[in-house]
Amino acid sequence: MTTRHSRRRTLALVAGVGSAALLLSGCAGGGGGGGSSSPDEFSLLTNSENAELPAIFTALSEDACATENEALPFTSDSVPQTNLDQRLQLLAGQNALPVVYSAGNAPALTKTLDDSGNVLDFESTLTELDAIENIEPAAISTIEALYGGFKVLPFEYNIEGIWYNKTIFADNGVEVPETWDDLVAAAGTFDDAGVTPFSASGEQGWPITRLLGNYIFRTLGPDALQKVTDGDAKLTDPEYVEAAQAVADLGAEGYFGQGVGSIDYDTATNQFLNGSAAMFYMGSWALSDFNDAERNQVGLDNIGFMPFPNVEGGEGDSSQIAANVGLPATFNAKTYDSKVGDWLSCIADNYGSEALTSQGRVSGFKVNTPVDDLPALTQEVQERIATTEQAVLWFEALFSTKATTTSQTNAAQLVTGDITAEEFMELVQNDL
Amino acid sequence: MKNVLGDKKSILILVGPALLVYTLVMLVPVIWSLGYTVFEGNAIVGFTFVGLDNFATMIGDTRVHDALWFTIRYAFVITIGQVLFGYALSLLYVFVLRRSSSIVRTLVFFPVVLPTVAVALMFQKMFEVAPQNGLVNELLNVVGIPSVDWFGSAGSAFLVIAVMDIWRSMGFYGVLLYAGLVDIPEETLESARLDGASGLKLVRHIVIPLSLPVLLSSIIFSINGTLKVFDSVLALTNGGPGTTTSPLTLYMFQTSFTYGEYGYGSTIALLLTILCLVVTVFIFRSSRRDLTKG
Repeated sequence: MTTRHSRRRTLALVAGVGSAALLLSGCAGGGGGGGSSSPDEFSLLTNSENAELPAIFTALSEDACATENEALPFTSDSVPQTNLDQRLQLLAGQNALPVVYSAGNAPALTKTLDDSGNVLDFESTLTELDAIENIEPAAISTIEALYGGFKVLPFEYNIEGIWYNKTIFADNGVEVPETWDDLVAAAGTFDDAGVTPFSASGEQGWPITRLLGNYIFRTLGPDALQKVTDGDAKLTDPEYVEAAQAVADLGAEGYFGQGVGSIDYDTATNQFLNGSAAMFYMGSWALSDFNDAERNQVGLDNIGFMPFPNVEGGEGDSSQIAANVGLPATFNAKTYDSKVGDWLSCIADNYGSEALTSQGRVSGFKVNTPVDDLPALTQEVQERIATTEQAVLWFEALFSTKATTTSQTNAAQLVTGDITAEEFMELVQNDL
Repeated sequence: MKNVLGDKKSILILVGPALLVYTLVMLVPVIWSLGYTVFEGNAIVGFTFVGLDNFATMIGDTRVHDALWFTIRYAFVITIGQVLFGYALSLLYVFVLRRSSSIVRTLVFFPVVLPTVAVALMFQKMFEVAPQNGLVNELLNVVGIPSVDWFGSAGSAFLVIAVMDIWRSMGFYGVLLYAGLVDIPEETLESARLDGASGLKLVRHIVIPLSLPVLLSSIIFSINGTLKVFDSVLALTNGGPGTTTSPLTLYMFQTSFTYGEYGYGSTIALLLTILCLVVTVFIFRSSRRDLTKG
């Protein structure tokens, strides 16, 4: 009798422990689901390299969107770009994504987030809010080509190309290169003169693979990488490997300077802006750094822009400028409510002017309040955007997250000669 | 006391809460992760059953082979380094510095308490080549050797990781082994000395056999820690250049959380667990033989 009694007590204890465990795990699940309800903050998560978006949002919250900010206060958080994909996946898994967040490094991740209902459809939402006309149609079409729908907002609309130091070019008697061969010859002249020809961040990797992508577009035409994605061509095909070889050759000559693998984004920018490098492949988002007089020691008038040059005999040409919407941000569909809608309307109305005024940033939002006295370089970019008839994407634009990471982490090795052009292309092709 | 511990109920009450917490934070995730190995997908898109596909992929995945090889190389080199330098330090404390060793012990132990990321940043700066030379390259330049891009190639990056991790942890093993050495009775050492043993002979025939249990614990401790290395590599090289310094843990982390392949990530985690288990069992087995009687 006593044994039976104590067994029952033990059973009860085990049951108690079990239900406590269930209760605890239940609590954990419930906590995570909290993110799906109406938000109490207009929270923003960006990659920490993008200081601009939080700055412009802060400016809006204090001025044009002050009413919306009172109803739903703005807060911001950031994470290094290399950790962004991980953070987004973890937060999405816990249903805890903020109201606005930087889309992942690869559009593939944004598509995954969209499939699981974490991404707002701006086409219908902005139409409903009667604010869709505030977005440039060109920006919408670029977004649709990349994301399969209007899934992110064009907080920036960039063209990419090679920025060059006019004084260094003049001092060395170098004309702006029209072809790849001219570019290589120019780099040789600068190298001989003791100037680093190209400033590039091997730590980030993409500033190097951008050259590779552009070379492919120039030699094989604007649809070359679409063919790879569709399986009609392989990166290991000789004509694709040729592009990797061309970039590797620049590295082999030492045209990226010493320790390119350790150079981070800011260092690369500084190398160009303090006059120690002659050329800098970058998107027009770098204008905000160029316009920063404290950082730009070479002077704004001293910087010129050239599209990626032609490759002789290639199918593409330099009028097909690489364009993108940067690392864009999107809204969380699960936290969208009327207060977030008010914020979205206000952003659509005012972002274009605010970005241009305070940061010199050309965005995909219409400039509703005219901005005077724009720097000449910013105006030039605006004109180039307006006159570009066909834009191309970048090397990894259509790749999976895994192939994107592989490409960018191995780019430095390609130019330091630790892996060959064939090996590099094979690594990326394997992860597609 | 005997009565209390003889009663199953009181044992359950005493052990229960800790066991519950342990079960929730350790066992449940471990079993959960084991379950993931037969699934594909992630928390965002959901999971689909794939049977043993993940294992088949892993066998043919060259990145797993590379990461496994790096992990084994790293564990081997760092364990030898940590224990060897730790043992040398402990001998220094006991036989050379004796009672005045406390200040040296504290100083050498200091890196152990520093955050890994801080140490990694310091080493990054020390071995830097761009935008300006770090301390190491400056010293090389002074003696006429040109600057080296330490993080630019697999071999030199591995060397920096090894130097950093050995420097960071040898103080810990020094103290651990010191505790074992001070336990050796002074009489035994004295009588060995009277028999003519001194210096290396004393260490080889008396000190090493008598400190073997703690030496063995140190090796197991070290090898299991080094097989699971993550933070120091992540902070110092992030697995680079390319993926040449990526251990299994880093590849597992990237697979799960960057590529969103939880199932495959768990399969890599299982490989790591088995590796740790095999190594530990191997060391335990080989230590059953009592070397003092050999």
